[in-house]
Amino acid sequence: MSERENKPNTSNWFMWFDVRHRDIGDWAFVLHRLTALGLVLYLGMHLIVLGTLTLGPEAFNSFIELAHNPLFIFGELLVVAAALYHGLNGLRVGLTSFGVAIPYQKQLWYVVMAIAVIGSIIFAISMFTA
Amino acid sequence: MSTSKWDVTFLVYRKKGQGTPHYDEFTIKVNPDEYVLDAIERIWAYQDRSLVFAHACHHSTCGACGMRVNGVEKLTCITLIRDVTADGGKVKVDPLRNFPIISDLTVDMGVLYTRMDEVGHRPVLPLSEEPAEPGVKPVKIAAEGDIIRLADCIECGLCISACPIANTTSGYLGPAVLAGALQHGLDSDQHLFSLVEGENGVWRCHSAFECTEVCPSYVEPAGKIMELRKQVIWKRIFGIAK
Repeated sequence: MSERENKPNTSNWFMWFDVRHRDIGDWAFVLHRLTALGLVLYLGMHLIVLGTLTLGPEAFNSFIELAHNPLFIFGELLVVAAALYHGLNGLRVGLTSFGVAIPYQKQLWYVVMAIAVIGSIIFAISMFTA
Repeated sequence: MSTSKWDVTFLVYRKKGQGTPHYDEFTIKVNPDEYVLDAIERIWAYQDRSLVFAHACHHSTCGACGMRVNGVEKLTCITLIRDVTADGGKVKVDPLRNFPIISDLTVDMGVLYTRMDEVGHRPVLPLSEEPAEPGVKPVKIAAEGDIIRLADCIECGLCISACPIANTTSGYLGPAVLAGALQHGLDSDQHLFSLVEGENGVWRCHSAFECTEVCPSYVEPAGKIMELRKQVIWKRIFGIAK
């Protein structure tokens, strides 16, 4: 196989996210990637926030004040939803990748989505009423 | 078959040489129970003789007429017009993705055929060599080798076109090729094993299952890839493919 063939054609990467006319498996694939990107972004932001601890208690406490903003809480809810979906769909992919329940991969995705949505609603109620 | 005619506009992808890709519109009267390929042939016959497309058997055996119809990979010879549009509606016809375009709706599938050869896939094989399907008893034959059957894969390339990974990694063997590799198992050929477990083999698949969705021959390439993964792991651990 030539070196040219092995080189990923990165100019097409955006077409991964074009789910028009595609089926559930592709939607699951795209959501898995989007949630992964979101979680990586969150991890970076989380580490930056933890870094404020080195600036003293005032800096950290002022950030904690900001974290009580509803917009911020909504952002945290998105992180919870992304983590739920990504983790559960990871189990689905893990199972099917080794031949378990392949004919039921669509039904498994419905279960993943149901648990992720219900879990997110429970977290939302808990976070906004705390 | 319906006797009423529909007016349908076909938006057909056009590209010649280094020219700019564009769509041409052709409005024709069709019987809704005709197939998309019938309409494309009529466009070629009566409206534009420069339209280039591939076809042969007209009954989903040769795999030559694969195209994207309204964005979905289809064998146009078995895709009913009434299933993809309505009277007065439009049908968008594109060439398959992930293959070089030769002209208009025709793509160069040479790389697929080369890779199918590389993994030793045979389009016809003795019945005695038929891969055992779960729950299906092997067929007993009197004179071994006398009876052959067509392998399910017709090498139409629809799965390669639908695969999101083939879209960004041209070196990826792809669903049809990996399914073809399963035809003989991994024990017989070390080169085949290296190909299948290599960087462009089974681990490149990201489980979008689009290949299985579009396969017109029910090969279920995604399931075959997962089966190969089991064989690769088994062979790595125990030295033989399960």
